[in-house]
Amino acid sequence: MEDLKIELKGKIIEVLNLEDITVEDIQDNDPLFGDGLGLDSIDALELIVLMDKDYGIKLSDPKEGRSIFQSIETMATYIAANRTK
Amino acid sequence: MKSGKEQLVCCSMKKVYITSTSCLSSVGADKQLTWQGLQEGQSGIKKIEKFGFLEDIYAGQIADEVIDTQWNKLNIKGIYTRLEKMLIIALKPMIDLKKPTDTSQLILATTKGNINNLANTGVKGADINDMIQRIADLFGFKTTPIVVCNACVSGILAVSIGKRMIQMGVCEDAYIVAGDELTPFVASGFNSFQAMSDEPCKPFDANRKGVTLGEGSAAVYLSTECTAQETVFEVIGEASIADANHISGPSRTGEGLYLSIQGALREAGITAEQVDLVSAHGTATNYNDEMESIAFDRSELSSTPTHSLKGYFGHTLGAAGLLELVIVIESMLYNQLVVSKGYEISGVSRALNMITANSKLSLNTALKTGSGFGGSNTALLIAKRN
Amino acid sequence: MEQHKYSISKWCTVSEEVVKRFDQVVFEGEKGDFVAFAKAYYKTNEIDYPKFFKMDALSKLAFIGSECLLMDEEFDKPTSDIALLFSNASSSLDTDLKHCESIIDKDSFYPSPAVFVYTLANICLAEVSIKHKLQSENAFFVTPSFDGDLMYTQVKYILETHRAKQVLCAWVEYLEGKYKFFGYMVGSYRQGELEHTRENIKEIYRR
Repeated sequence: MEDLKIELKGKIIEVLNLEDITVEDIQDNDPLFGDGLGLDSIDALELIVLMDKDYGIKLSDPKEGRSIFQSIETMATYIAANRTK
Repeated sequence: MKSGKEQLVCCSMKKVYITSTSCLSSVGADKQLTWQGLQEGQSGIKKIEKFGFLEDIYAGQIADEVIDTQWNKLNIKGIYTRLEKMLIIALKPMIDLKKPTDTSQLILATTKGNINNLANTGVKGADINDMIQRIADLFGFKTTPIVVCNACVSGILAVSIGKRMIQMGVCEDAYIVAGDELTPFVASGFNSFQAMSDEPCKPFDANRKGVTLGEGSAAVYLSTECTAQETVFEVIGEASIADANHISGPSRTGEGLYLSIQGALREAGITAEQVDLVSAHGTATNYNDEMESIAFDRSELSSTPTHSLKGYFGHTLGAAGLLELVIVIESMLYNQLVVSKGYEISGVSRALNMITANSKLSLNTALKTGSGFGGSNTALLIAKRN
Repeated sequence: MEQHKYSISKWCTVSEEVVKRFDQVVFEGEKGDFVAFAKAYYKTNEIDYPKFFKMDALSKLAFIGSECLLMDEEFDKPTSDIALLFSNASSSLDTDLKHCESIIDKDSFYPSPAVFVYTLANICLAEVSIKHKLQSENAFFVTPSFDGDLMYTQVKYILETHRAKQVLCAWVEYLEGKYKFFGYMVGSYRQGELEHTRENIKEIYRR
């Protein structure tokens, strides 16, 4: 699980082009949207692509995404339980 | 803003009229057939089982046979892409009515041009300038064509740009043509935005599920000519103000659209009360329709008969504004309201007077709006003359 | 129509990893890498706008050039006083190629929304309007080469009809690593400034 969280942080930084942010800067329970990492609606869509591409998880309901993408913790938990690759 | 000086400048501006129009749509192979189809409530939106790697999408696609039939009637030699044929089919009736002079301006509105060529021919085959130059050469235009590429407002904005050029005296007339094709390029992108409806789109409705894409082409002829014999449509006001809010999401307050409508009203010197018809953009995404309802409400247009035509054509992108303007003009010509297809129960926070029946109404002044990616907005006011 | 005199108050070019303002070099980056150059410009000028790193190359180019022209302007935010008229030759083809690659093969069919949104040329204009809160007249044109006559007419219209007090005009071209930004600001005439004429626009473009 810890490895998955670190992997996720690295991927998010890369995919969302988060400049000057390192894996160490992101805490497991930091909110990803709003005040946290300041992600926006396009980032949320990009995370949906990441879930599909890297973990074989298809999310089509954006509302579903909202609870999964709360933090690294919630994302990792969901991925661990639902991944197909 | 509204200084005496401004009034003086505006009053001294030439009047610009739309004197002829034409289109090719998924509803009908020409303007008459499209208008007739709308009267009968026909929609061009159908289910497509396979489109690129997407399955079971709804879209307003024009059958290749329809394009071929129209194309063959023109007897034009040379090799043209499918989109170029669509543009030429729309433009030809304008040219037949009046041949371009040495100063006539050709203006194209498109978002993606020949983007379908990109995978096969690289950037050269998808070059928009090359495409419109071929069409300009075909019809003997002497001036360099201009392309307006401003996302989904392109079609309406192109009319504003042409009007401004005529008013500034750089040309006497302008041929505005707009077209975009339904392509896997665009469909895959909208799909990645989770923006596509899994049923024909329902603009402003409570059960709307997103966009239905479409394709089409349209053309209008702009000039300063206004003869007593024919009904013409004066472009009385227009404005294109950005939201400056977000690259893909519309403003929550409808600011850019509101300011665009206000700008158009100011130029026309009329109040919202004098507008008889609003032809909205109405893409049927949650945020867009909500934003428009706020902007119309703020503009005091909530009781004006309003429609979105996306339920018939789908969203035809860069062609949308012009194709829909052509229908608005028919609507005004026949004093006939067009039902806002797909609308049943209001799904926006502000009251709107959505058109739900094909009724007759005297239509002298209409507002056409568009909003698009990049937070772009355009409002155009036209008034019937003669 | 009543004709007024306007002036070109400043101009700027960005090409070959060099930023020039009034023909003077104000920033020079390492040759050969636009992305590294753009980042260096951002850091050197202490710009705090993380969204910059999410932009495609065309938008980064428009952003840098507009930053250079607007950095010393003082205006209310939001404002409708500064209009934007942008143009280029290749539309968004540079990013179109990237989106196109992502949809060619069924097994790697993962189109990216963050890429797709930049497959419209006017997004680079939107990025500038968002950064500087310009709720103003805007249009994006595609022409084979910089069309000074078209820009002259459209700028003049906006100023004569009082739709804005100034217009930021720009040529923003980026395709497969080759690029050029040429931008200038037009506003009411002030003694000593370059007059806004077709000839002067073409002259500063050629420099």
